[in-house]
Amino acid sequence: MRAVDAIMECLKAEGVDHVFGIPGGANLPTYDALYDAGLRHVQCRHEQGAGHAAEGYAKASGKVGVALATSGPGATNLVTAIADAVMDSVPTVFLTGQVRTDLIGTDGFQEADISGITMPIVKHSILIQDPRQIPTAIHEAFHVARSGRPGPVLVDIPQDLSRADIPYEPVDNVHLPGYQPTTEGNLKQIRLAAKALANARRPVIYGGGGIVNANASKEFRELCGSDRFPVTCTLMGLGAFPADDGQWLGMPGMHGTRTANYSMDEADLIVAIGARFDDRVTGKLSEFAPRAKFIHIDVDPAEISKNVPAHIPIVGDAKHILPKLTAEYRALGADPSRLEGWWQRIKGWQDKYPLGYEQTADGEIKPQYMVQAMYEATDGQAIVTSDVGQHQMWAAQYYGFTRPRQWINSGGLGTMGFGLPSAMGAKVACPDDEVVCLAGDGSLIMNIQELATCVDESIPVKIFLMNNGHLGMVRQWQELFWDRRYSSVKMGASPDWVKLAEAFGAKGMLISDKNELVGGFKEALAEEGPVLVDVRVTPEENCYPMIPAGQAARDMVG
Amino acid sequence: MGEPGTKEVLNLEDLQVSGGIRTGRKHILSILVENKPGVLARIAGLFARRGFNIDSLAVGATDDTSISRITLTVDGAAHPIDQVTKQLHKLVHVIKIRDLEPEETVARELALFKISCQDGDARAQVMQFTEIFRGKTVDVSKRSVTVEITGTEDKIQAFEGMVRPFGLIELIRTGEIAVARGRSIT
Repeated sequence: MRAVDAIMECLKAEGVDHVFGIPGGANLPTYDALYDAGLRHVQCRHEQGAGHAAEGYAKASGKVGVALATSGPGATNLVTAIADAVMDSVPTVFLTGQVRTDLIGTDGFQEADISGITMPIVKHSILIQDPRQIPTAIHEAFHVARSGRPGPVLVDIPQDLSRADIPYEPVDNVHLPGYQPTTEGNLKQIRLAAKALANARRPVIYGGGGIVNANASKEFRELCGSDRFPVTCTLMGLGAFPADDGQWLGMPGMHGTRTANYSMDEADLIVAIGARFDDRVTGKLSEFAPRAKFIHIDVDPAEISKNVPAHIPIVGDAKHILPKLTAEYRALGADPSRLEGWWQRIKGWQDKYPLGYEQTADGEIKPQYMVQAMYEATDGQAIVTSDVGQHQMWAAQYYGFTRPRQWINSGGLGTMGFGLPSAMGAKVACPDDEVVCLAGDGSLIMNIQELATCVDESIPVKIFLMNNGHLGMVRQWQELFWDRRYSSVKMGASPDWVKLAEAFGAKGMLISDKNELVGGFKEALAEEGPVLVDVRVTPEENCYPMIPAGQAARDMVG
Repeated sequence: MGEPGTKEVLNLEDLQVSGGIRTGRKHILSILVENKPGVLARIAGLFARRGFNIDSLAVGATDDTSISRITLTVDGAAHPIDQVTKQLHKLVHVIKIRDLEPEETVARELALFKISCQDGDARAQVMQFTEIFRGKTVDVSKRSVTVEITGTEDKIQAFEGMVRPFGLIELIRTGEIAVARGRSIT
């Protein structure tokens, strides 16, 4: 069997039904095999788009996302998506073509040392040197991508080797002696954690994207519900806990709620689950949660005590650990009334510092209202993807996610241009869900070419463009911290977005009156194909509240 | 070997004969580098890029603290080496590279053998071999002996052959270091 046909067999054995990519010289054999392999291939317009689409697919479905690219520029165009996937722990496999083996290292046409280039940003990578190794390599890649702390795996396949005739036998297990992720969690530590929870007077449960990755939202909610524990989830963890629940404090961190941040600040116990104490959450590390002890549950031992020293570390899979922790906690029969005083304190903050913004009397659209209108038009049920910047933070603050995998964004790397291609991938994964991309005007233009893919491949994503004519977050920082020296933050001659959408064959709409917003969104959602809605919002609105960079939760402004 | 445009299927034999010029001998590359973070990664990356396996690698200080010596062996029968040495030269922190001719080189490696010895007889035999190979016994326990052997790769392999029947618990090697014979500077 040709090695490339074996690759198709391996992909099918791994349960892959959709792949994203672009063909080129070095992966011609792969595309020849793909021609009648029975997989759906989404032909993207830029490899970065293919990479983010694979991420969106993975984040929406929980399956491994797959992107294909040719050697050289095709492969280097994947780099941002690979870095994005490692930062947000997205299970992805990238298959790149490589020049044929006799050209490797000679600066051959379209040669780039992609495994070298991506070495610091992959979970693992494999450079194929023997065609007989290919089937095993593909299965290893999927195994590593999806197990433990998920992440991107690159398989680089030289063109000549991919055309080799190899004996193919289905591979049923992979053997990686150096790779044995811990899943179970130490029971003694779990008991200690349960005791600490029972003794805590001011506990906060702090969940992250790891809960979503572990498909452990149900188990997480059960733990939180085993007592009246206050709950906060990071940007990546939104949806793991329903935002309409009484125990919900909002998101923590730079643009989180004051309630969540003040609660962390005064907590005596913080239970971190699948979260990594990112600098955007902690603010000034030396002043973060000074009174708290920490329980840290994570599948990646390298995260434990990386930023914040863990008093009770538990390494393993949240899905295995949380039910045990809940059971151990319940068995202790802790008195729920011990949390009364803590909740009074929290209620005080909630009443005093609700999220809010100045309403407008005329038709002017406040960006925060735009998110609320989106919520109303979609009944709060859409899968929402976003780009990076102010609109991303407003979506996190105002959309009120209630289920995991409903919120797809680039948290760790902060990749502008992530929204549209990831929405495309999410829609392919979940065709029955409404998928909305909340875009920024600075971000959307970075990968707008994927609108062509959406039209061509009939992927009806709805792009709601929060158009403020600026690189809004940078503008905000220049206003607040750089003496209003606005340097290169105006978008200037932006395209006519409606015409642009139409040029791609999509529908374009323009809304600049807040009274037309909900109706306009509903109209867009009712359309069969992709729609781009250009929403003109207040151009110089700032995103608040905010912990200024390098300061502590106590120093929140706005 | 098949342009990208062709769709011919290649058989495994054809693939195995392709590739650049191979010298058929082992190469000992002695590389002087500036002692800067990341130098080793850059050098290793050049080999990885070509899919080369480094057989052994030893890194250490020189008489100048700002300069380190990397001694690296690769199999020339498996990989064409000259391009790599040229590429290594282009690395900013690499000062000098010498591809040492085996006949004009003194090469040494240190190996630690942990050998299973169930009784006094076995231990006596192992210690006798150690003496013949001019090694040192560095640790003894009731059921094992640890021996240090210094020498060429061949010598270490020969010793390994002698003690393997006793039960080799562990073998740990440093990788070769080498110096040019005569007055010339490595």
